[in-house]
Amino acid sequence: MGFTAAVITFPGSNCDRDMAVAVETITGGTVHRVWHGDAALPDGLDFIALPGGFSYGDYLRSGAMAARSPIMQAVIEQAARGVAVLGVCNGFQVLTEAGLLPGALLRNAGQRFVCREVALTVGTSQSLFTSGYFKDQCITVPVAHHDGNYFADEATLDRLEAEDRVAFRYAEPVNGSQRQIAGVLNTAGNVLGMMPHPERMIEPAQGGSDGRVLFESVLRAVGVTA
Amino acid sequence: MKVRVHVSLKNGVLDPQGRAIHHALEGMGFAGINDVRAGRLIELDVADTVTDAALDDMCRKLLANQVIENYRIEKA
Repeated sequence: MGFTAAVITFPGSNCDRDMAVAVETITGGTVHRVWHGDAALPDGLDFIALPGGFSYGDYLRSGAMAARSPIMQAVIEQAARGVAVLGVCNGFQVLTEAGLLPGALLRNAGQRFVCREVALTVGTSQSLFTSGYFKDQCITVPVAHHDGNYFADEATLDRLEAEDRVAFRYAEPVNGSQRQIAGVLNTAGNVLGMMPHPERMIEPAQGGSDGRVLFESVLRAVGVTA
Repeated sequence: MKVRVHVSLKNGVLDPQGRAIHHALEGMGFAGINDVRAGRLIELDVADTVTDAALDDMCRKLLANQVIENYRIEKA
């Protein structure tokens, strides 16, 4: 059986199609588009992606309402079973609001929406999402966010570093994130949240393909051939 | 029953909005401002049967993010 993925769409998601196309193109698998109001996910998923956007207009807090939508209970259950879950941008905010990842994403320190390509360094290659990179590799991936300023208390930040759970860091100041953190993993390593958009960097026509490696890593980890 | 939920950022959490307000006030010529923190006020109109425990639950599960925010419930 081939690679099977789900991309969740919340009201206000706007990178869901990009994500679905990236996953489908790179993995050659089946991508189910799932609406936030659905109560259940398709069976046999290898991968779940929460896309970027502005779910619920960023009302209350970015990702706050989406994190409480019906489908998230199913996502939390699948995450607990070890299914790979990726949250990008608003998807990262949803994962922190849902309690699947530590910390929170605050308004950018510079108050401005930041929309440009940024240099990242790979924090660890010891994860199912980053095994195709090497540690400290410099890659270029675009960001587009207003609330990407990663915050967690010092003890949590120390633990993330000690447990090798910082997947990506900004190579330069971008949004005021604590310790330049751009992406973090959960304890088990099967949930990744990141502000940069790997799905927008999968082929030369997009300006580069540094994001492609992430999806290839997931495909390899899941052990199904494309 | 009217209920007001005051949500504020915890100490040590950067508040760019508060900082911008601070700068704007100083730019307008107001002196002596040591710090500005911006929060959020949520007003609820709920049935009298809604318990304090339920209100607290609402705050913990949605209205405030306890990683970065404190909340205070005020009943009118």
